[in-house]
Amino acid sequence: MSDAQAWLALLGLGAFHGINPGMGWLFAVALGLQEQRRAAVLRALLPIALGHALSIAVVLLVIGVLKDVLPDAWVRWPVGLGLTGFGLYKLVRCRHPRWVGMRVSSLDLTWWSFLMATAHGAGLMLAPVLLGWRDGPAVEQASTHHEHMHHAGHHAQHAVEAAGGHAGHAQHLAELGASTPLLGLAATGLHTLGYLLVMGLVAVVVYEKVGLAILRKAWFNLDVVWAAALVITGIVTLTL
Amino acid sequence: MAARFRPDPTFYPSPTMAMQAPPEQLAYVVLLDPTGKQRPDAMAVVDLDPASKSFAQVVGQLDMPNIGDELHHFGWNACSACLCPYAPHPHVERRYLVVPGINSSRIYILDTQPDPKRPHIVRTIEPDEVFRKTGYASPHTTHCGPEGIYVSALGAPDGGGPGGIFMLDHETFDIRGRWEIDRGPQELHYDFWWHLGHDTLISSEWGTPSMVRNGLDAEALLAGKYGHALHIWDLRRRKHLERLELGAEQQMVLELRPAHNPTRPWGFVGVVVSLKDLSASIWLWFLENGKWQIKKVIEIPAEPADPALLPPLLKGFGAVPPLVTDINLSLDDKTLYVSCWGTGEFLQYDVSDPHNPKKTGSVHLGGIVRKAAHPSRPDLELGGGPQMVEISRDGRRVYFTNSLYAPWDAQFYPAGFDGWMVKLDIPEGGKGMTLDPNFFLQFEPGLRGHQIRLQGGDASSDSYCYP
Repeated sequence: MSDAQAWLALLGLGAFHGINPGMGWLFAVALGLQEQRRAAVLRALLPIALGHALSIAVVLLVIGVLKDVLPDAWVRWPVGLGLTGFGLYKLVRCRHPRWVGMRVSSLDLTWWSFLMATAHGAGLMLAPVLLGWRDGPAVEQASTHHEHMHHAGHHAQHAVEAAGGHAGHAQHLAELGASTPLLGLAATGLHTLGYLLVMGLVAVVVYEKVGLAILRKAWFNLDVVWAAALVITGIVTLTL
Repeated sequence: MAARFRPDPTFYPSPTMAMQAPPEQLAYVVLLDPTGKQRPDAMAVVDLDPASKSFAQVVGQLDMPNIGDELHHFGWNACSACLCPYAPHPHVERRYLVVPGINSSRIYILDTQPDPKRPHIVRTIEPDEVFRKTGYASPHTTHCGPEGIYVSALGAPDGGGPGGIFMLDHETFDIRGRWEIDRGPQELHYDFWWHLGHDTLISSEWGTPSMVRNGLDAEALLAGKYGHALHIWDLRRRKHLERLELGAEQQMVLELRPAHNPTRPWGFVGVVVSLKDLSASIWLWFLENGKWQIKKVIEIPAEPADPALLPPLLKGFGAVPPLVTDINLSLDDKTLYVSCWGTGEFLQYDVSDPHNPKKTGSVHLGGIVRKAAHPSRPDLELGGGPQMVEISRDGRRVYFTNSLYAPWDAQFYPAGFDGWMVKLDIPEGGKGMTLDPNFFLQFEPGLRGHQIRLQGGDASSDSYCYP
């Protein structure tokens, strides 16, 4: 997996997590409606994003450490099988995490978001990106750099590189052979950025313009999509 | 349980949105054999579609497999609370009815699909299991809530206290155990509901199973031993916070009707009888400056009567107590309905200002002395009185039945009575009411109706997380 693909995958998964009503934006909207102020919507976003990021970071750090100390297959197989099994379980038993409480502090929101992301396996879903990404640059440098670039579409990579800053830094880390846990942290940051942007956008648009009636029409059962995504990422991990 | 791809169409984020729901087509009404010995209780399905040929008739009836359950209150497995933002699960179906027997402590789970007119039992939770897993008996009111299905219970298996709340899993209907973590001084129990926007649960007090099962215990009543307080709980931490005392003379604090708008921290509760003058009353609880308070906002006086016309229990008083046994609040939180089961009067109040209710309507039907007739059968004296009341989501139709609780029916209406159900039409704006002359349903002789649930939801089934 090239850096550009990894960046896009992380941002895309961030957007996918952000658009799920059960993962944050709906809670932010509810708090706004309760207080009758947009400020309450906005105030909820960062604590929710922080909880999400913490959940993701824990998973990616653990996988990152294991990746650096264990043979490749020893990590990929358990993670891949675990993901597939967890996804299949969620397809059959759509249990949801339990929580009661509308009167929440910022700390509550962070803890809530951490629990939701963890219970949904949000971090696990990013595992193949991390595992594949770590291999990507190394393989590229060693032998198949040009070939790989063609397949991946180097325009996208150039665009990300041109965007500079974080992207260049993380790629730099990868190419310098920085540890996988560090890459995991970079991945968490990028993923959370995509998550926060989409969650914030949806929350504000629903609060300001669309209204909650949309829930009745457009709240598709993401549980099934989510579970399917877990199974797919599990299989991807196994076949990396 | 099959999950839907889109939310159940009967779930609405807010009570205001729920008021736009289409009119109900069917009602489910529990029927009980007041002798508890002759035949099983039943679930009746009543046609509410005015365009239908079978309007105001029972179009389906499911007999339970046991005798003597005394079905009483019941409720839906899922409701608009499934849309709550902190644990949303809106793709479950409002499909199953949770139907406890107050005498047997048995709980039936009824499936209303595929044919809503032919509900059938899909699971029975036997009394032993209720006793073993909860330590409670006499399950009563059910509410679907954010964590699952909450069921109230009057007391312990030995007939004493404490009464409380236990939980059922909303997918498997397995008993998950007691709800309370810290019950404080709470002992008596009856109804419960909540303010979801304030993480607050309210519970009320009737009496333990042994105080109610054999009829109203006059001695206990005169000693002020029935419930006379409300309890405020932390819904999130399942912890008792506060006891709101109404005064020992205020006996039996029953139905709780918190504002449907989750941001409004107030609600109404009915008191059956005052020992001072046999009056009944409605109280308002409210949060002011961070403190929960309660005050009487409506008092309904007893009506003097010829002792010769009164049952033995009341002869000495020479008056009929109103006996407010049920109340209900419209989804816009503006109209309150009050059942006076003793005097046979049904009252309507404008509660736009909850601190100052204004009476806007009254209808007489049944009553211990009055025995008022229905317009469609002016010749027929009616027994029982207005009791379990349910309001359509749009607030334009109100339905009620006439039985309270078999052992108590026998004390206040010793001659017995037949079970009936009526409908009232309410004008837009919710002020005033008229009995629908085409809706006078007499149940199968020997059976009496109790709680009514409307297909798709009503004014006491759903709770909401959004204002």
